[in-house]
Amino acid sequence: MSESPKKLDLAAVRARLEGARGREYWRSLEDLASAPGFRDLINREFPQQAIGWSEDENSDEGRRNFLKLMGASLALGGLAACTKQPAEYILPYAKQPEELIPGRPLFFATATTLHGVAHGVLAESHEGRPTKIEGNPDHPATLGACDAFSQASVLQLYDPDRSQAATFEGELRNWGAFFGALREALGAQAAKKGAGIRILTETVTSPSVADQMRQIQALYPAMKWHQWEPAGPHSARAGASQAFGQPTNTYYDFTNADAIVSLDADFLASGAGSLRYARQFSARRKVRGSDNTMSRLYVVEPMPTPTGSKADHRLPLRAGDVEEFAWALATALGAANGPKSGDNNDIYKWIGAIARDLQNHKGASVVIAGEYQPPMVHALAHVMNASLGNVGKTVFYTDPIEASPADQVASLQDLVKDLDAGAVDLLLVLGGNPVFNAPVEIGMRDRIQKAKLRAHLSLFADETSEFCQWHLPEAHYLETWGDARAFDGTVTIQQPLIEPLYGGRSMLQVLNMLTDKPLSTPYEIVKGYWAGQHKGADFEAWWRKSVHDGLVAGSALPAKTPAIRGGAIAAPAGTRRLGGTLEVIFRPDPTIYDGRFANNGWLQELPKPITKVTWDNTAIMSEFDARRLGLPIVDTLNYQADGVPMVELTYQGRTLRAPVLVQPGHANGAVTLHLGYGRTKAGRAGTGVGFNPYGLRMAQALWHDVGLVAKQASGTYQLATAQNEHVLDTRRHIYRHADLAEYKKNPEAPHEGAETPPPELTLYPGFDYSKGYAWGMAIDLTSCTGCAACVVACQAENNIAVVGKDQVRRSRDLHWLRVDTYYSGDPNNPGVYNQPVPCMQCENAPCELVCPVQATNHSAEGLNDMVYNRCVGTRYCSNNCPYKVRRFNFYLFSDFDTPSLKLLRNPDVSVRSRGVMEKCTYCVQRINEAKIDSERENRKVRDGDIKTACQATCPADAIVFGDINDPNSRVSKMKAEKLNYGMLADLNTRPRTTYLASLRNPNPEIEG
Amino acid sequence: MADEQQVIEKPEPHEILAKGYTFGTITDQIAAVVLTKRTPLLWIVGIGTGFALLNLLLLSATLLFAKGVGIWGIRTPVMWGFAITNFVWWIGIGHAGTLISAILLLLNQKWRNSINRFAEAMTLFAVACAGMFPLLHMGRPWLFYWLFPYPNSTTVQPNFRSPLVWDVFAVSTYATVSALFWFVGLIPDLGTLRDRAKNSFAKYAYGMLAMGWRGSARHWSVYETATLLLAGMSTPLVLSVHTVVSFDFTIAIVPGWHSTFFPPYFVAGAIYSGFAMVLALAIPLRASYGLEGIITARHLDNCAKVMLATGMIVAYAYIMEVFMSWYSGSVYEQQAFWNRMTGPYSTQYWFLVTCNIVSPNLLWFKSFRSKPALLFLSSIIVLIGMWLERYMIIVSSLAQDYVPSSWSLFHATRWDWATYWGTIGLFLFLFFLFVRLLPMISIFEVRTLLPQAKVRQEVKR
Repeated sequence: MSESPKKLDLAAVRARLEGARGREYWRSLEDLASAPGFRDLINREFPQQAIGWSEDENSDEGRRNFLKLMGASLALGGLAACTKQPAEYILPYAKQPEELIPGRPLFFATATTLHGVAHGVLAESHEGRPTKIEGNPDHPATLGACDAFSQASVLQLYDPDRSQAATFEGELRNWGAFFGALREALGAQAAKKGAGIRILTETVTSPSVADQMRQIQALYPAMKWHQWEPAGPHSARAGASQAFGQPTNTYYDFTNADAIVSLDADFLASGAGSLRYARQFSARRKVRGSDNTMSRLYVVEPMPTPTGSKADHRLPLRAGDVEEFAWALATALGAANGPKSGDNNDIYKWIGAIARDLQNHKGASVVIAGEYQPPMVHALAHVMNASLGNVGKTVFYTDPIEASPADQVASLQDLVKDLDAGAVDLLLVLGGNPVFNAPVEIGMRDRIQKAKLRAHLSLFADETSEFCQWHLPEAHYLETWGDARAFDGTVTIQQPLIEPLYGGRSMLQVLNMLTDKPLSTPYEIVKGYWAGQHKGADFEAWWRKSVHDGLVAGSALPAKTPAIRGGAIAAPAGTRRLGGTLEVIFRPDPTIYDGRFANNGWLQELPKPITKVTWDNTAIMSEFDARRLGLPIVDTLNYQADGVPMVELTYQGRTLRAPVLVQPGHANGAVTLHLGYGRTKAGRAGTGVGFNPYGLRMAQALWHDVGLVAKQASGTYQLATAQNEHVLDTRRHIYRHADLAEYKKNPEAPHEGAETPPPELTLYPGFDYSKGYAWGMAIDLTSCTGCAACVVACQAENNIAVVGKDQVRRSRDLHWLRVDTYYSGDPNNPGVYNQPVPCMQCENAPCELVCPVQATNHSAEGLNDMVYNRCVGTRYCSNNCPYKVRRFNFYLFSDFDTPSLKLLRNPDVSVRSRGVMEKCTYCVQRINEAKIDSERENRKVRDGDIKTACQATCPADAIVFGDINDPNSRVSKMKAEKLNYGMLADLNTRPRTTYLASLRNPNPEIEG
Repeated sequence: MADEQQVIEKPEPHEILAKGYTFGTITDQIAAVVLTKRTPLLWIVGIGTGFALLNLLLLSATLLFAKGVGIWGIRTPVMWGFAITNFVWWIGIGHAGTLISAILLLLNQKWRNSINRFAEAMTLFAVACAGMFPLLHMGRPWLFYWLFPYPNSTTVQPNFRSPLVWDVFAVSTYATVSALFWFVGLIPDLGTLRDRAKNSFAKYAYGMLAMGWRGSARHWSVYETATLLLAGMSTPLVLSVHTVVSFDFTIAIVPGWHSTFFPPYFVAGAIYSGFAMVLALAIPLRASYGLEGIITARHLDNCAKVMLATGMIVAYAYIMEVFMSWYSGSVYEQQAFWNRMTGPYSTQYWFLVTCNIVSPNLLWFKSFRSKPALLFLSSIIVLIGMWLERYMIIVSSLAQDYVPSSWSLFHATRWDWATYWGTIGLFLFLFFLFVRLLPMISIFEVRTLLPQAKVRQEVKR
């Protein structure tokens, strides 16, 4: 037989087929079939074993040989059983890897990044599988807490839609081929000093990447590095430059902040450092016994945010009006010379009181400008903080944490100019998705194709990959080495927990291909860089400690006190007349951010804080505007039946159709659009979900602008909200709250009117829980911001399935823990109340009584246990649960088929099948683990040994779990507070989960 | 009707049997329905519809078992929807049959003799339809036997505190006793059919079922004792089954469910809907089979009066329900009823009030009661109203209970309707099979209504 031109074996073909997905799969098959090697393969039925049978009888592998071998096989068949197996060593746990005990997870410190900024986390690894992310208690940015994005990043790791192979124009290639193509292109660039090379990244804080960029720059001096981060803090960067004349990083300390003014800054729930801020802020507002002081928070914002919901005074203003507010406040503080009054009285009504409050707390106050506010607001905030003497006390400045703190819009426009000029020979897009998320007038989709050779490195084959010849699978942060800086500059060295699942490589490795040592491993690159930074004999020990701790000690950037540049705020703002037109406001989505998490089912299904919308974005507006536009106001209870109206939005000649969400507390005259939806190539969860506000977003108005025209469009839209909008029913006493002053006067104030029946009012004999442990939980409603990180943490810990939009619409989501949101007061500016609701673990549990098969029972420690195997699914327990915390598997919601998702599961928690009820267990697996440990050490479980998943992740430290039989436990002490109450305790359910009533600290000077 | 001679006169309104009947003609007329008479159009249409809908039931049950209860409209707060509504509705319908056959027997109400057979059959088939729903509505129906206390290696027994377990006992007892009662009552007539059948297969089949009935004095004596005993056993069931069914709701703490007057209210409602079903079946049957001489205007009138009486009890219960919710002082109860009357389900609520309280008041009028067509219409209205009542109790109470954040409205899917109509199909199919294969009116009991049968008593007197 003739030699086949290319060696193709089954393994290779299988690899090709496995790498292909969806539409490409079929395309590849045709491609494969037409490839000569593949035809040959088909001819040879068993290409690896059987010898080819060609017409060429002279060949060694001819028919004759085949018959000879057949005969031999038959003759020797019996002997085959005695074949000696080759000596290959597998690794049984008989020879146990160090520190690894089967069944016990290990935790490794690493960091997640969002617009380049690190959140130090601990990744839980079960026999080599990362399954859960926890905060790193030693890391300054997280302090042990964790946000929803980090929690959901494990699902991203195992996402079956991740890109699994490098492709060139849609055809499978390997990394070697890319390397060859790259070196060829670089060879041509050597002569022009790299003038045709462009690298486009997202924001980079990684010192190693920065170092590599320097090396590449040295090799190719004319190369250009561009950055584009669609939801990055562009205005903060510009504002700092405006105020100080140099790029400056700002961070805050709320430990001693008594008066806080947020100028549209959602500092408690989004942005770098928010986890730390939430912890500090809530600590300052916990009222315990005699420690009964609270800080005071003023928030000015258009769209209600978690921070706004914690405000003592919240002023809804259009995003464009915040600047006027900042001028007015700065003027009142004597720090600027702006207008003292204007057309919009709302802006000025509280200025005097707020200014006095700030001045009373000089050095203990903070004025924070939101990331999405224009540079002038940032400059004004810097000026106000300086005049209040806050710098160095509550406000800190450092050198920028970004490796290259450039104006990214300008950088992108510069790239576009070069693209138009045809000057770009090689464009490396490392991470990011500029075709999807660049400002719309740039037309990145067409422009990017002007580069001659384009390569895109990303986790998913997305919109940008479609227009690049090369698509390269990126290694997830849990798969590779890296480093990144946190909000204060602290460096975390990211370590991998698992081999890249699909042979992905990191940005570091791709950049490395451009350097003169192109084939270094990411480990060598990162360690090599830090070996250059930390010189000395103790490097090995230092390195081990830094990697282990999850941070490089002393790497936080030193605080500095930059002087305010003269004329920083010289340009007087005057009053901006926003006129009658609507304002359009762009914000990253609270759950899928700028679109990068669009294919993450956990985040898609996570009810967005405040709006409770899942799987969609909406045109969010106030009821006033909706009525003005003539839109029907749909009762939220009837969303499923009626659908919400559609609206057509036109801005600068571009149009978009979107469903309308009427949001109480939204500023009048503005429409908020959350970015990230409307992906066309995201994966099975994210493609085609929602609408795409990037289609209206221009470089001149990244965050907000006036001039939006809205009119009702035809049709209605089915929204999946996890909760209907509800006005706080004061007669039910579900959510109790009071003002601090009121509470100090009368500690019973939050509970007025509520009744608690005597506990003996039950048919059944009581149970003595006083022996052993009695688990309980207390949730401080004053602290809870409603950020919903706990919901994702619970989902990750307890293998909770994703049900999809249609099922959420039918109220069938499976979240064991939900965050209820209620409103009270003026619908234009209501009080917003968030209440996390896990299982109450009632001592008199109504659910247990009615289960016909005893599938839900009480443990001696007071847990309401659910026995999945025994459940037959009558659902009576859920009907009888007054808190409605039970969740039912109406279908087979858990994915038992996708192999990669099997790796994701927490091995300590059952995966529920269809037809069974499930609910919060107080993370009973964690309780039992701690109990086993304590029994082995012959001691009781110590307070704090057990942290439920929600508690561990809560940035605000609102959730406390422990033994209520121990009077010294944190939870017992919280339950002893006068604020403590049981939800629906009047039903005599005797809930083990109790709440601490929410307190606010309004300024007595301000009415209402 | 051409194949039989019309020997009877039109009955007077007060008569329970037309004049002119003899032992022979009664037997002839009833047995002829099964043995010789041409099948009327009603039967063909009835069983055809029933069979078609039965197939719909099979389809929807297959889909249900394959995919899960998610195909229905149930959701997190409203975990019970059509299935339990239908269950309660069907069980309630069954009650009339038991009431007629047992209580009226003990009370020596002679008029019952002409309607008890098919009413009992109706009970049996209604219980069969009802019994399907607890099974269908389970998340894991293949484990239904866990609700029975049977010896098993896990030593886990059902939870006897749960009303659902009580239901299992109540409904299975009810089904067993009803089936026995019905079958025992059939035996003498099966003997008659055996003797009159021409077809050898029919002879053989009826002979097997007649269990050797020869009509000897000893047989009759044993038979009378057995019937009395079974009637005695059935009588408490009329009250207890729906009482237990009502416990499904009253034991729970859901506002709108948790109330002590549900048992009498449910029993009255059950008999109300049951008599409506009796009328809905009897009126077309008697018309198409020419049985006006045996099921007379008096029967219809009596049934209508029972409907009126129970309907008034139900009306009283509605009023008390609203009063108690206000009087309780409980915010949850008050709001539950306020929502029921003014909230998202108010249309259904006021419709059911119209069906169950307003419309039966027409039954006060004798002229209304004497028109079978109007009575038929009225009974259908009551059946719809009683279905809505259960739907209202279950769905509206669950949709808006304690924690407003979890409120959500039930929306029935096509499979909810398919399953419901499917059981109606099953009922019709079984009922028309019964009409075709067994004497729908008790031959021997009707014969006791003849003046000839009273000779001995009169002599005695």
